Amino acid sequence: MSSVSRQHRPAPPLGLSRLVLTGAALVLVALLLLLPLAAVFVEALRKGWEAYLAALREPDAWSAIKLTLLAAAIAVPANLIFGVCAAWAVTKHRFWGRSMLVSLIDLPFSVSPVVAGLVYVLVFGAHGWLGGWLQQHELKVIFAVPGIVLATIFVTFPLVARELIPLMQAQGPEEEQAAAILGASGWQTFWRVTLPNIRWGVFYGVILCNARAMGEFGAVSVVSGHIRGQTNTIPLHVEVLYNEYQSSAAFAVASLLTLLALATVFIKSALEWYRDRSP
Amino acid sequence: MTIHIQKIRKSFGAQEILHGIDLHIQTGELVALLGPSGCGKTTLLRLIAGLESPDSGDISFGSDSVVRVHARDRRVGFVFQHYALFGNLTVFENIAFGLRVKPRSQRPSESVIRDRVEGFLKLVQLPQLGRRFPAQLSGGQRQRVALARALIMEPRVLLLDEPFGALDAKVRKELRRWVRQLQQSLKLTTVFVTHDQEEAFDVSDRIVLMNAGQIVQSGSALELHDSPSNDFVHSFIGDSNRIRGQITGHAFRSAPWHYAVNAGASSAGESSEAAAAWARFRPHDVELQHFSKGVPVEKGLSARILRATPMGALVRVELLPIDASPQDVGADVLDAEIPRSDFDRLGLREGDLVSARLNRVRIVTASDTTAPRAQ
Repeated sequence: MSSVSRQHRPAPPLGLSRLVLTGAALVLVALLLLLPLAAVFVEALRKGWEAYLAALREPDAWSAIKLTLLAAAIAVPANLIFGVCAAWAVTKHRFWGRSMLVSLIDLPFSVSPVVAGLVYVLVFGAHGWLGGWLQQHELKVIFAVPGIVLATIFVTFPLVARELIPLMQAQGPEEEQAAAILGASGWQTFWRVTLPNIRWGVFYGVILCNARAMGEFGAVSVVSGHIRGQTNTIPLHVEVLYNEYQSSAAFAVASLLTLLALATVFIKSALEWYRDRSP
Repeated sequence: MTIHIQKIRKSFGAQEILHGIDLHIQTGELVALLGPSGCGKTTLLRLIAGLESPDSGDISFGSDSVVRVHARDRRVGFVFQHYALFGNLTVFENIAFGLRVKPRSQRPSESVIRDRVEGFLKLVQLPQLGRRFPAQLSGGQRQRVALARALIMEPRVLLLDEPFGALDAKVRKELRRWVRQLQQSLKLTTVFVTHDQEEAFDVSDRIVLMNAGQIVQSGSALELHDSPSNDFVHSFIGDSNRIRGQITGHAFRSAPWHYAVNAGASSAGESSEAAAAWARFRPHDVELQHFSKGVPVEKGLSARILRATPMGALVRVELLPIDASPQDVGADVLDAEIPRSDFDRLGLREGDLVSARLNRVRIVTASDTTAPRAQ
């Protein structure tokens, strides 16, 4: 979208079809994006600021916020490390099973989150394959925090890797080869050459991964058990409140996720703006 | 430092790229690996650098076999076609990179690094550009930085992969002369890959011509041009004409050109069966005479002048078989290069009928071209 191409292209005539298409697009954007966005905040503040803050300070809500932050704080760094390693292995090296690994990275996107959650229940649950062993050692995974973290990691698995693979493919292995010939070890090459080249992709991947980790519903819902004040994350807590007809409290908590989404979009744009102005 | 390459084979998947390469390079020699794309020349260079490992065979620098040595420990300098400079580092830091990644015990002090990088910036004639980033330099400047980055490590051999390929024609010519002078003053054993024969002629001490994963001929530009070892060399090096015909016993005949020549003891054998063959010769080995002044001269072919283009001291003449019409799209056309003085003396013009005498003709049969590949 360069301004040059816009200047040189003659403006098409103001036809009826153009008006209809533009109008339809605007109506759609308003109906599907702007209206719900506004509705969240209007509903959340319907009973005033006091009620809004009270809904957030309420112990179960506060516990859900803390659990969501914890899950994201573990899942995002885990997927950051995994994503960078996987993208590096897949793009800079050739090995047997490489294309299978690429497909595996995409698996969490193609599997329904509910199925993912159920698989964890089948493996780690009380009657699951590892359930007996876990019980003997008094380890609780399902209906507890570890299960929620696992489900979150699974769902956000591809985000960082998917952001980096095309980028690293386009850059090719030449700079790494040049570094190796100059005597750099693999570790030095990674820190001094590879990572600086992909830093913007890493930032995007992390903020997208974070947004998804905090907003995940399906897989987490299956493994959480919905124990109020213990295993409810923000999205699950919103559902509980909504089902109990506490709609303005539900919207108040939901507004946090909405703000997160807005912040994500804003940070991403700001990063892009900054990237285009740095060498 | 000499380089000895022995019986190197390399496959990618099921396809063998190099079919047993033997090559010895002298200390201080500048060798060009020349050949069409896909002939394996870049793979050979990357094998010398350690960026690929061979399926079998040996590579040694001097008396050290390096074939099992990792690229980072081979102490070679490598320059990539597209520079491969580190985009996030300044020019200064690019050149200093190899010194900075040395183990702490061998790493020079900051002041030594500074002095040496400044020295190399001067050597590659970019003394003021240390603080720039690679993206802010021209192609020629980037390639000088890449050279400085390689040379500061005092490599045992210097390897250049189509180093001038991404540059425009004028910069390319300047830079390659400069690289040649630099190489001569450093007496550094250097191998460079190119598909441009003019570049190979201009820069190298010796040309190693490769085709289809093998070395076809190795020698000076004149040797390759004047005594090509087979038809591929003849057609690849310099300009070359080819006329189709048939060989029967010793006699080669080309009907459309009314041309016959004794092929001598050709490799076609003594068979009396007619076999497809062709005659190959250089455009400057053609002499023209007026056709109308009598019968065709001995060993001459008969032709009509289609076009004549002056080129300095020469005239480039396009010749058409005497019976073919200029409108004949598929007709064979020959090139001849005649000294301007001869052309003017004969008073030749487009459309004239001529006899062309061929001085050095090579008769090639189909078996000649396939022979070098079958080992």
